[in-house]
Amino acid sequence: MFTSVDDVSARLAETGYLASPAVATTVFLADRLGKPLLVEGPAGVGKTELAKAVAEVAGARLVRLQCYEGVDESRALYEWNHAKQLLRISAGRDETWDETRTDIFSEEFLLTRPLLTAIRGDDPKVLLIDETDKADVEVEGLLLEVLSDFQVTVPELGTIAATRRPFVVLTSNASRELSEALRRRCLFLHIGFPDEELERRIVRLKVPGLDEALARSVVRVVGALRAMDLRKLPSVAETIDWARTLLALGADTLDETVVQASLGVLLKHQDDVLKASAKLDLDTLGAL
Amino acid sequence: MTTPAGVAERLTSLVGALRAHGVRIGTGETVDAAQAVEALGFADRELLREGLAATLLHGTGQRQVFDPVFDLYFPRGVGGPEQKAAGRDDLRERLAAALTANDHVMMGRLAVEAVDGFGGYGSAPESDGWSSYQTLERLRPQTLLARVRDNIRSQGGSSGFADRLLEDEIRQRIEAFRALVAAEARRRVAERRGRDEIARRAVTPTADRVDFLFAGKAQLAELRRAVQPLARKLATRLAARRRRASRGSIDLRRTLRGSLSTGGVPMKPVLRRRRPVRPELVLLCDVSGSVSGFSDFTMLLVQALHDQFSKVRVFAFVNRIDEVTGLLERGTADPEGLSARIEAEATLTGYHGSSDYGMALGEFAERYGAAVGPRTTVFVLGDARTNMSDPNLPAVRQIAGRARRVYWLNPEQRSRWGTGDSAAPDYAELVEMHECRTARQLSALVARLLPV
Ligand SMILES: Nc1ncnc2c1ncn2[C@@H]1O[C@H](COP(=O)(O)OP(=O)(O)O)[C@@H](O)[C@H]1O
Ligand SMILES: [Mg+2]
Repeated sequence: MFTSVDDVSARLAETGYLASPAVATTVFLADRLGKPLLVEGPAGVGKTELAKAVAEVAGARLVRLQCYEGVDESRALYEWNHAKQLLRISAGRDETWDETRTDIFSEEFLLTRPLLTAIRGDDPKVLLIDETDKADVEVEGLLLEVLSDFQVTVPELGTIAATRRPFVVLTSNASRELSEALRRRCLFLHIGFPDEELERRIVRLKVPGLDEALARSVVRVVGALRAMDLRKLPSVAETIDWARTLLALGADTLDETVVQASLGVLLKHQDDVLKASAKLDLDTLGAL
Repeated sequence: MTTPAGVAERLTSLVGALRAHGVRIGTGETVDAAQAVEALGFADRELLREGLAATLLHGTGQRQVFDPVFDLYFPRGVGGPEQKAAGRDDLRERLAAALTANDHVMMGRLAVEAVDGFGGYGSAPESDGWSSYQTLERLRPQTLLARVRDNIRSQGGSSGFADRLLEDEIRQRIEAFRALVAAEARRRVAERRGRDEIARRAVTPTADRVDFLFAGKAQLAELRRAVQPLARKLATRLAARRRRASRGSIDLRRTLRGSLSTGGVPMKPVLRRRRPVRPELVLLCDVSGSVSGFSDFTMLLVQALHDQFSKVRVFAFVNRIDEVTGLLERGTADPEGLSARIEAEATLTGYHGSSDYGMALGEFAERYGAAVGPRTTVFVLGDARTNMSDPNLPAVRQIAGRARRVYWLNPEQRSRWGTGDSAAPDYAELVEMHECRTARQLSALVARLLPV
């Protein structure tokens, strides 16, 4: 899919994703080695976006399994369409039960879910298993099975094996530790907060109207906030939101009033806002 | 960097060094790593670093071990710099320029020159050793702060609101340079004394293997984040122990009663079930400066495990003792703030600020004696350093007499017990004392000692 690490960076950039060297290298290797990529990092650093960008670059379909507490096989893999099966049975054609049974457990009545969708068909696909840490531990067994053999057995239909393996990206916010077995199946990539230069480029790309000098200040302030002991540190997503807000406010430079008025875009907890205001020497009395 | 000789051996040694630091790497990963090396080549060392990290590591916390080890096995080059440093002033001049421009590549080069020029000690011309400390003492990069700041300002590189951040930013750059110097000194030493030894000794271990007493702020933060996953793991272990404990003996009466349906033949033995009364836990924690990292982590861990017990009560002390159970319960959302809250809301000190075990334990026995009963297991957390005051052994005896068990977890190395003002040996005669220096040791102890 890619000829070199530079090729990865260049082509991701064309889709609007600016990859750090670590990201580009790991994507390159995941493709070369044919291994799933586990991307871990705080919210809002571009994990999901990366999978989308890879899909776009590869001209592949993005198949997304969004994990949540309680997601199970019938949501992740496949399910029989019971309603339709019932209808078919009660339509009661003139046939034996054996014939009926064979018929209702055929393709027509199968609801394919992302994991199965991703391994069927010959078109290129990117399988995004998003926020894997939100799923229950049991689901990991299922993922491991699918990601090891790239085949799925449906008892009534037999084994369905991938003719073309998807490029797999798993993301995690590390709210819980994924099992060692699953980690071992994957290449590991940690995405943290970008360095100043990269973040400035991201901001300039996503908020084109923003003045260069202002973008620089924005990124510097966010960097300072990240060095503070806050409950929730602002991520790239918040930096972009803040930049947009400033643009909308028509601010062409940062000053105390503007920062004070818009700090809530960056920080979600009131005590973080207070702490940051104090550390940034903002006139907190004015705000209260 | 062209293809260095013995890549395979080097990779094997790198893996060996990582394993020695507790990073679990299987053969599969090693094969992947070799493939990564092949796919990436040696043209760009940073890409190689990322590629090996991606194939060999499985978690974020392992990276801090990986980077210095990588630097040793895939060094930037061999020997000293091509260009010898012209002198201290010249080097400082160029360092100021690099800090001003935030030029990472140049800072890396200057670190190499600096160690070569100022870090060597022992007999010239080939030094016996290389010291980052000595390098930094001579160079004193921190004294460049004002100059770099003025440079940046005069070049129009910082103005307006964000200018108030400038000094902190420069401090971070200087910190980064210091780290580069440290890495370079390690590399030079490794050239003399063998990488394997340096990789073993000079690389900071993962947070769970760091001594609580020496853990830095970042490592403590990492430990706090590890509390919840660790608690889940321990809960599983405790549940397993509980199941084993409750399997227990055969209940003859119920077995026979059950056998009526099989004509009096006892087919199914009925096991006597233990009463499912969960044990009670009391924690007495020294939260004075020296050991607060340890107590903090342990309190959070026990709090995370609280549903394993019928009751958990936590007391904190320096030289006075106060109950902090409520603070801990309310504080689960904000583990970082725990010690600040305890400090603000509990009465822990009397006339002075240093810890006094005798006073605190005495006060506990007197005021909260009722908290301890035959179902209570008590954990005392602290280094038993009494600042030369009376250890008050009768108070400990009294607590031990009422409790089911008393354990003392001491974050100090066993060989230091009893040195200076440590009353550890005296206490250890009365209650079972364990060395508990790292999060790894703590979790092993917790899994073994916690009552089920
Ligand atoms: N490297 C990057 N290049 C371009 N956009 C980025 C980058 N990193 C983050 N973003 C932007 O940040 C926002 C959050 O990204 P997202 O992928 O949703 O984060 P995550 O999945 O890590 O929580 C998106 O709007 C995305 O466009
Ligand atoms: Mg996401």
